[in-house]
Amino acid sequence: MISLFGKTKALEAQTEEFCNKVSEGSLAFKIGLSAYLAGDQETFGEKQRHVSEVETRGDQLRRDIQRRLYVETLLPESRGDVLEVLENTDQILNACESAMWQFFIEKPEFADEVAAEFTKLVNTVVASVDALVSALRAFFRGDPSISDHMHKVIFYETEADKINHRVLGLVFDSDSDLSYKNQIRHFVLHIDNIADIAEDVADRLAIFSLKRAI
Amino acid sequence: MEIAVVVFLSSGLFLGWSLGANDAANVFGTAVGTRMVKFSTAAFVCSAFVILGAVISGAGASHTLGKLGAVNAIAGSFMAAFSAAVTVYGMTRAGLPVSTSQAVVGAIIGWNLFSGYPTDTAALLKIAGTWVACPLLAGVIGVVLFKLTAVVVAWAKLHIYRLDAYTRLGLILAGAFGSYSLGANNIANVMGVFVPANPFTSFSFGDFAAFTAVQQLFLLGAVAIAVGVFTYSKKVMLTVGSGLLPMSPVAAWVVVVSHSIVLFLFASQGLEHFLANAGLPTIPLVPVSSSQAVVGAVIGIGLLKGGRGIKWGALVNIASGWITTPLVSCLVCFVALFFLQNVFNQQVYKDSSYVLSQLAIDEIERRGVATKRLESLKDKRFESVREFRNILQLEMAPNEGDESTILDVARIDTILINNSKLWLLDSKPLSDEQRAAMWNVVGRKFVHRWTLDRALAEASDAWKPLPATKKNKLFNRRLQQDRQIIYDVFRIKENR
Repeated sequence: MISLFGKTKALEAQTEEFCNKVSEGSLAFKIGLSAYLAGDQETFGEKQRHVSEVETRGDQLRRDIQRRLYVETLLPESRGDVLEVLENTDQILNACESAMWQFFIEKPEFADEVAAEFTKLVNTVVASVDALVSALRAFFRGDPSISDHMHKVIFYETEADKINHRVLGLVFDSDSDLSYKNQIRHFVLHIDNIADIAEDVADRLAIFSLKRAI
Repeated sequence: MEIAVVVFLSSGLFLGWSLGANDAANVFGTAVGTRMVKFSTAAFVCSAFVILGAVISGAGASHTLGKLGAVNAIAGSFMAAFSAAVTVYGMTRAGLPVSTSQAVVGAIIGWNLFSGYPTDTAALLKIAGTWVACPLLAGVIGVVLFKLTAVVVAWAKLHIYRLDAYTRLGLILAGAFGSYSLGANNIANVMGVFVPANPFTSFSFGDFAAFTAVQQLFLLGAVAIAVGVFTYSKKVMLTVGSGLLPMSPVAAWVVVVSHSIVLFLFASQGLEHFLANAGLPTIPLVPVSSSQAVVGAVIGIGLLKGGRGIKWGALVNIASGWITTPLVSCLVCFVALFFLQNVFNQQVYKDSSYVLSQLAIDEIERRGVATKRLESLKDKRFESVREFRNILQLEMAPNEGDESTILDVARIDTILINNSKLWLLDSKPLSDEQRAAMWNVVGRKFVHRWTLDRALAEASDAWKPLPATKKNKLFNRRLQQDRQIIYDVFRIKENR
């Protein structure tokens, strides 16, 4: 029985660390992109490496939690739900990492007006991820505040969509080349997609938290 | 023990095996079916606690079955248990709802009808009442417990992994309690009909502990249940866990605890004693259906959640089973006893002789029954219960209570307190005062049990029953068990 509670503690710690890594990755992503838009390539490079490390650690944690849940036959009723949530949340880190790589490779240029809106988009997307991490923690801890956090995720995702439309409007109203417009559109949609993933995870969490009620 | 006795006990052991195979799933089905608890852990805990429950607390419920009818020949006990088993098997195969408890009651009534011994209507009504009360009570307890658990879980804000760990531990503990209650309550179904014709004898380990004949019988039945758990219950547990109860592990825990509390309430002599001492109404100790307790709790929780998805047909099935099961079992037992007696020449019941001596008539009068119309039967001897009851009906048409009193007083059970047999009491679980009091009746012969009871009561307070109040029920029940030891040791067969 002691070993049962010991295993439980270790899993709790790993799940907490996973949530920390998602939060940490999204914050590093925000700082990195802000630095890129401000022309600070050194900070951008540092944060890009940081996000990659966090993504790798997130993958390790997810796999380890997955293995433990199966090997130790824990959460027989809700194991599938928990694993789905962890896998989908992990996609957020993947999306952050791949966006950083695209910035590093393609080095897109933003007009000042577009850059200001693009910063707002990144901040809003990261706010949605932050709210999702809070919802995730509440789900694991059995905290009823989960619905407040999920509400915030949905709010930020909607806001991100509005900014997305504004940025794309600004870009396509400009006299730039179509190839440039398409390049920027690709970045805007990629960033906005992170909020979409957060919203999808929040939707699944809403159902799983209902199932979790005894 | 003779081979024949082992053969006769086999039907009870089969009932025990079947109980272990099926009813263990009510206790551990969800836990094992949802892989929250390993089958090996569940089977070990279940077997150990069924045995403990049966041996420590099994006597209460079997006492009530004994009141309904004391099957007094082991071949009759065999057939009563066999008929119940056949009924359960046949009705299960036919897809009809069935409960071992109800089948056993039907079989005992069948034996009563065949042997001519009266059926105690009050005991029957008490038993039938508990069949209705059992699922209702389980439902109410389920609702209260579910509400409480929901509040505690919400308040504790447990991490999902920790809640899982606590639920596992809770399911094992609830399973242990459920198994204990199952053993305590349902052992009467398995071995209750063998109690009056018990082939074992009581013995004690010095002054420290006693192992009564009934406990030995129940241990054997409980081992049969444990064998049923280990050999066949896994399949049933997996079916129950994944099919009938689509609920969360915590809700399943509530169901198991509700079921266990109900079975415990209907089995615990300690609780009965406690309630009686506190001046509260006592709960009859009766074997009830474990499956129906589970259905009651599940429906209770279902209603609490808004009543969606409840299979109301299950309730109708249960209610119909209260009537059809005892009827079928009674009929099967009656017919089977006829064959066992007339085709296989087995003694399926021991008949009793009766005499209405002046002494007996005075005692009947003292117990509040008018004896004027019994005068014509004075000093006549009747060699069978059926003959005596027929004559009584013709002479005075007594009501059930009066008839029971007359049968009890007039019954001949010759007991000679033989000095050379006194040493046999050394190994019996009697007190020193009780043993010492035996010297006051040495050499005396008693024609009726109650005359011996009275002589012993005059010899020592240790043999004196307390006034028949609820509070004193347990003491008087134990005293009756002690008296039974004396009857069994000193009974002599009379030449008719």
